[in-house]
Amino acid sequence: MYRYDEFDEAFVRDRVAQFRTQVERRLSGALTDDEFKPLRLKNGVYLQLHAYMLRIAVPYGTLSSRQLRQLALIGEKYDRGYGHFTTRQNLQFNWPKLRDVPEILDLLADVEMHCIQTSGNCIRNVTADQFAGVAADEVEDPRPVAELIRQWSSLHPEFDYLPRKFKIAVTGAQHDRAAILAHDIGLRVVMNAAGEIGYELMVGGGLGRTPMIGKVVREFVPKDQLLTYLEALMRVYNLEGRRDNKYKARVKILVHEIGIEEFRARVEAEFAMLDGPSIPADTEELARITAYFAPPAYEKLPAIIPAFEAAKRANPAFAAWVESNTFPHRAPGYTALTISLKPIGKAPGDATSEQMRVVADLAERYSHAEIRVTHHQNLVLPHVKQADIFALWQALGEAGLAEANVGLITDIISCPGLDYCALATARSIPIAQSLQKRFADLSRQRDIGPLNVKISGCINACGHHHVGHIGILGLEKRGEESYQITLGGDATENAAIGEILGPGIVAEEVPAAIERLVGVYLAHRKDGETFIEAVRRLGLAPFKAAFLQEAADAA
Amino acid sequence: MLLDRDGLKADLYRRTVGHNESHVLVPLADIEATLAARAGNRGIGVEVANTTKVADLAPHLDSLALIAIAFPSFSDGRGFSIAKSLRNAGFRGTLRAVGPLIADQFAYALACGFDEVELPAESAARQPIEIWLAAARAFRATYQRNHNPAGASILDRRWAAKLGAAKLGAAE
Repeated sequence: MYRYDEFDEAFVRDRVAQFRTQVERRLSGALTDDEFKPLRLKNGVYLQLHAYMLRIAVPYGTLSSRQLRQLALIGEKYDRGYGHFTTRQNLQFNWPKLRDVPEILDLLADVEMHCIQTSGNCIRNVTADQFAGVAADEVEDPRPVAELIRQWSSLHPEFDYLPRKFKIAVTGAQHDRAAILAHDIGLRVVMNAAGEIGYELMVGGGLGRTPMIGKVVREFVPKDQLLTYLEALMRVYNLEGRRDNKYKARVKILVHEIGIEEFRARVEAEFAMLDGPSIPADTEELARITAYFAPPAYEKLPAIIPAFEAAKRANPAFAAWVESNTFPHRAPGYTALTISLKPIGKAPGDATSEQMRVVADLAERYSHAEIRVTHHQNLVLPHVKQADIFALWQALGEAGLAEANVGLITDIISCPGLDYCALATARSIPIAQSLQKRFADLSRQRDIGPLNVKISGCINACGHHHVGHIGILGLEKRGEESYQITLGGDATENAAIGEILGPGIVAEEVPAAIERLVGVYLAHRKDGETFIEAVRRLGLAPFKAAFLQEAADAA
Repeated sequence: MLLDRDGLKADLYRRTVGHNESHVLVPLADIEATLAARAGNRGIGVEVANTTKVADLAPHLDSLALIAIAFPSFSDGRGFSIAKSLRNAGFRGTLRAVGPLIADQFAYALACGFDEVELPAESAARQPIEIWLAAARAFRATYQRNHNPAGASILDRRWAAKLGAAKLGAAE
């Protein structure tokens, strides 16, 4: 994992001191409320429905045990004993007091963490594949370049007052687990024909009111030119992005309005002007960072561990959990383990301070003290020996963390919705809970197989409903909550925006409607065909018919 | 209020369309006439909106002593990119940010190539000069190589520290 040196440390300490003076200047009247607002947002402080919310950056979703314990402490001391992991791999506290925020920032700085640019019209926290450095289908670990971008984008003098927020996601793998096509910039580590490693850049993806899939802006950016290329791209966006309407201010709208060819031409023209002797070579810095991400010292283990196989045979519940919650590790005898934060009936992504401590301890004992946060709002222990999995499963079970539903229909992504959020038009968490209850039977979930349900409580789409296999969007119609159902969305390398099935339905009707859609799949699926594969083959029509029939029956 | 990295300063420039005074600040539309009317072209400044293209200023960069870039609001960051682009294009005169910036943007403005900030009276009344000078020093160092003087960014300092340590090791 990356570790701060004296310069990184000084930087976050200075940032905390700066925020203290900003709060003081707001109180003294030197700053107006309008002026203070972006400053607090860029430190992760939102004003929500009932209280302030603090969003803590978890850069590229990587945490140490020490850091997770500190988050547990903060949750206990300054919140209500729990935190919420988000779709951008961050952690949110929903009940801190504004006056406590500088102290919380101090505690975060103590463990090399911060809230810098977790909100506001700036380059946000960089997200990454949760299996970075672990997955077998990887050209290269994307975390070093994510850290390089984190540093470069932190308090960038030129790009801190952009037209709108700007999100970057990176992956080094063939299979996209970081939803890079749904980001302002998606970056994929690739190898060119000459065998050199560089980056493919996608631009203009995003969800929100106007969902768009990212388009390739450049197929290959050499490693030592990445920051220069990003500078050129960000300059074009900063100068040309619309500022007349906040709903048209994201880079996706600029790309859409002028076309990807014109956008590319403008970026290339800017990039060509920057090309020259003044351009920094960042290769030494990247090499320095990369050294921190050297894989841990794995033991030489056989690929098959007899005791582990025996435990699975003896215990079907354990075997089921292993099947859904483990991911193949590139080192023989090891596994990457996903801990579901979606137990039936709980708020998706929530973890109590006690649970955070349990995970921190288990990571220390079994996973080189490392934890990942996924954009599906779960946690990962990336380096677990197969021989340890059974003991781990038992320990997780005691903490209520052994739900065997990763990737299944109850592993729902949900935004906080109207229970917390000032922007929400409808509730999200209760919808997730009602669906989880409807599909609680694990054998049924396993029969249905991989299915991503994603719920947003308003059109801003924080719950990624557009790219859910089944998406649920909560709106308000004539004072009533109304839920629009979409089908066929996909957040991976096959990225697609889901299509609306029909008129909105009320909350109580959602579980039955989803059940009908699942029913169509079960009736029509071919051997081994997943839900989304069946939707692609069958098209919308049979699902739409079933949905409309359900709506008619309910009326 | 006009300030630079050393503190308050007197504003020598006058916004005028007259061509004969020293230190005039004219709109972009008048720049060609102003330059043509003045031998030596000394002390001529132009004031531009933040929608101005750098290409439109490019022919005059060697003749202008000052370019003032408007910030219609502090949250509109286009001026930072225009300043940086002008510096990249080789402009060596004075760059002035004009508008209701906040002190926390002072370091950004300087890093992007601005020399001075001209504040409206209302903002200046709330944010005295001490706040600006302190805000400019809020960070001991920042990361961006292209927006820091040579050797000043964290990346450069890291490298220097490493070389220094290696030298020390060699000496021992």
